[in-house]
Order: sequence, then C-alpha cells, then structure tokens
Amino acid sequence: MNATIQLGDIAHARSGDKGNHANVGIIAYTQAGYDFLGQVLTEAKMAEYFLPLRPRAVERFELPGILAYNFLLQNVLAGGASRSLRVDSQGKTLGLAALEMNLPRPPNLSEMGPKKP
Amino acid sequence: MTKRIRIGNAAGFWGDNLDAPRLTCATGRLDYLTLEYLAELTMSILAHQRSRDPDAGFVTDFPKVISSLVPILTDQPGLRIVTNAGGMNPSRCAQRVSEILAGAGLSEVTVAAVAGDDVLGDLDKHIAEGEQFSHFEMGQSLGSLREQLISGNAYLGARGIVQALAGGARIVITGRVADASLTLGPSVHEFGWKWDDWDRLAAATVAGHVIECGAQATGGIYSDLTEDISLADVGYPIAEISEDGSLVITKPDDSGGTVSVGSVAEQIVYEIGDPAHYLTPDVDVDFTQVQLSQTGDDRVSLTGVRGGPRPETLKVSLAYRDGYKLEGTLVVAGRDAAAKARRAADVILERVKRAGHDLDRTNVELLGTGDSVPGVWPAQAEPWEVVLRITAHDPSRDALSRLSREFAPLVTSGPPGVTGYTGARPKPQQVLAYWPTTIARSRVSAEVVVKRAGEWSA
Repeated sequence: MNATIQLGDIAHARSGDKGNHANVGIIAYTQAGYDFLGQVLTEAKMAEYFLPLRPRAVERFELPGILAYNFLLQNVLAGGASRSLRVDSQGKTLGLAALEMNLPRPPNLSEMGPKKP
Repeated sequence: MTKRIRIGNAAGFWGDNLDAPRLTCATGRLDYLTLEYLAELTMSILAHQRSRDPDAGFVTDFPKVISSLVPILTDQPGLRIVTNAGGMNPSRCAQRVSEILAGAGLSEVTVAAVAGDDVLGDLDKHIAEGEQFSHFEMGQSLGSLREQLISGNAYLGARGIVQALAGGARIVITGRVADASLTLGPSVHEFGWKWDDWDRLAAATVAGHVIECGAQATGGIYSDLTEDISLADVGYPIAEISEDGSLVITKPDDSGGTVSVGSVAEQIVYEIGDPAHYLTPDVDVDFTQVQLSQTGDDRVSLTGVRGGPRPETLKVSLAYRDGYKLEGTLVVAGRDAAAKARRAADVILERVKRAGHDLDRTNVELLGTGDSVPGVWPAQAEPWEVVLRITAHDPSRDALSRLSREFAPLVTSGPPGVTGYTGARPKPQQVLAYWPTTIARSRVSAEVVVKRAGEWSA
C-alpha cells in the first residue's frame, strides 16, 4: 500500500486569474476529505508546492458548505493575461497541477472519495 | 405560487459558440437571454478599434447572434435579451442591431443602450479632484502610465439595466457592467426587490457568477469530466431565480453537458478571492455558507447566500499600451527532443542578439515536458516530441520582427528533429496591459437611452 495519495484522489479543482494573482479552488468529494484537507492542505503546503512560480503570498479561504478551499496565490502569473509570456497566462491549469500533489495517506481514505478507494 | 424567472447565459466571452444563443433559446424556455462578452482586456481592444473607426468598438458577434435569433424573437414575444456587447460603443451597437431588426420586420422591438462607464474622457478632472487610480493589487501610483492609457471603464452595476427594462426595452445593450449584473438586473426588474435587500441581491448575483462563463457551469473544463458527459452539444447554463431569492441552476432540455453539484461547485470557486466578500457594484456577497444539492436531473439548487451593503467604490479597468509581443513555435522530435529543442531556442535567441537586438523579456517553453506550470508538474518520461515555444516582449516592433524571421531557418540549420514550422511567420502584436483600480461611486452613473428599432435605424 502506498504511503501517499494524490490530492486528485479525494478532490477536484478549478483555477483562474485575478490580475497577476491566481486562484485555485479545491473541492473535496466528502466531508471526511474536507476535514483531512483542513489539516494537511495548508497555506504553507500550497506555497511550497507552487514554489517554482514564486508566489509572494498564499491565502486560504474556506467554503465549508461546498467542501471547498479557495487558495489565492499572489503574483504567480508572470504579469497576467496580456503581459505574461507563458502559454498558460491565466493560470487555468494550476488546478489540475495541484491535483497531482502528494499527500500522506489518511487512515480513513475510504471515506474520502470515489477514486482509488 | 412564488414567481420564478429563467435566465440563460449563452456567451461567456467574445468568440464563444455562435450557435449557443439560438440553441439555448430554442429549448430553454427562457424569460431572459444574457450574453457576456467582455473579458478584462476586451475593452482596450475595442477602444483601439474605435480610435480608428468611430462606428466600431462594440462586439461584432452580437449582430450576428441577433440575425440568428430573428425567428425566435417573433415566436417568443416574452423573451428579452441583456448583453454587454456594447463595449466601447453601446449606441452604435444598438443602431447596428436595430438595422437588422428593422430589416426583418421587427421595427417595433425596443432596444436600449446603457453607457456611462467610460471614465477616460474625464480622467484629468477626476485626478484633479483627488482620485489616485492606484493599482488595487499592488498599490503603485499610475504615474507616467497615464500618457499611455487607451481605455478606462468603471464596472457599472444593475441599475442602468433595470432602468432600461422599466423603460420597456426588450434588448438591453450595455458597455462595461459587472458580469453578474446582467443577471441581477432582470431579477430586480421582475421582482421589484429593494436596492438594500442584500440577501436577495446577493443570491441573484451568485446566479450570475455561476452562469457568466457559459458552459463552464455545465461540464466545460470540468475536472471530473467523464466519458458519458457529451460536450459537442453542451447545454449552456440557466438560472431559475425565484422572488424569495431561491435559486436553481439547470440547462436546456435535450442538451449535452451536465449540471451537478461538482460542476456548479467548480464554477462557484472560479476566479474568486475572499469568498466572504465577493464585491460587485451592487452588493457585497458572502459565499462562505453556500450549499448545493442535486434536486433533479441536471438541476442543482443553491442556498445560503448572504449579502451586505455594496462597496462605495467601483472597480475600474484601465488599459495602457505596453510595447509588443511575439510568439513563435517549432516542433522538435526524436531522442532527447527536449534537449534539442532547448538548443534550438538558444540558436534562435543568439542569432537575434547577433543581429543587434537585446530583447526586453523572453521566455522559452518546451510544451510536452510540463512547462504549462513550469517546475510544478511531477517528472514524467521524456516525450518523443515537444513544441518549442518562444515568446518575447519588447518596446520595439522591429526587434520582434527580427525574431519572427529566425524560426524557419532552424528547419535546415538547427539541431536534428526540427520540423513542423507551419503557417505564416508570426507577427508582433501590440500589448494592451491592464491596470485594475477604483473610482468613487458618485463619479459615475449609467446613461440609458431606450428607442424602438425603427427609430435607432432611421
């Protein structure tokens, strides 16, 4: 049994731009997954994962009614929509990239999602 | 029974599917069709067009859509349309649309133009009276960028739309308004909500937020997309809004896509900051207690939206000229494709340098190796081919023109495996950069003109 899971095993995601900031919304499949992510998917964890994009700051906001965390990653879009030279100038793929993040395998994984129980 | 209206949004940006408005109206049983066309920088492109032609500066997809809707406007006399297609020139857009309507025998249809969002003309006056127009993310002052401004538009709220609808307009064409106000306007008009009924204003604003990007609420870019969700015929989203502020998100009968708790949740979190304070010109929305439940096939109800008093400042988008940008690509294949592509990039940039150009900013991406989110995707096996993409930004169009010439020669003078230089040589594009800021609400108000199509086109 693997010691780690991927975020995408227990959550789905969408991301987009806010000027030169990006937001990444992470939506847990279940309440158990939401509670687990509350512990492990911290601002520091996201900042570390997206370190190559050099975020100035990462803020986490909670939407418990839809089991979601919204992360605001400041200054990660290399100038934003028109100035950025990146192919993903609007941060649309950051959500999918986040889902590849490794997380410690929780003991109650079977309560957390439809995938790879 | 509680009064209920159905608002369908069939455009999420300029360039969205031209058939979607007609298809959404055909089976959507709509009271209102909304069409949202204006991304943050679209206004600056329209301003540029208007500077060269005083009759231009609106979204030219909209007259095409109106042509496609002529039979539906006749068959569905109750259907109204609210759109921000007016861009930098709502009255000229209203005229063009009215010409089409009049030509189709629909001279009696009333069309409104809602303007008043353009703040560039009075910018000096606003600055003299104390407005700073500082960057609202970074705080820098506008400074010398003021000389390079090409457009400046405040985000108006729903009031101008309500005024137009109350004045009898069947088609409302605005300039810059907050996207969600396209949905809130019809709701306030139909239900007579007070402008301080914050919870209900917030509910309809969330409905607008969910539907404003079109098919993104109904299966488009859904990260849980499965094989059984059909996208070729994806249905565009419909918000059912009730007088008491309750909401259901759904889509037209017999359309593809999906409306699920997951698809709607993804759109709720799309491009938001602090969910406790989602600010629009109309209301301060609190998303934090929102709940979703599947109440039927492709029906999701949304509850728990709260609202608070609207902000006293309005968001303003300024756009300024910021040099030129060029993007060119080559396909590089074979063993060590990524390394060879990297070498090809070095050759191209070295040749530009030898030609005497020191480019301001350049970026090299090896698409296929994870450079869409550089350094973040986990490592994978080497691909058999990559797309080399080089982008550059420079004040000089000539320097970028030189770069544009350096791609094709790699097919014969580059590393082995270079292929796929297709299409025309890339052209430098003018960069219109974006400066988000604010203005006091008291400085801006909607200007509404309502006339019959026959009068607009006379």
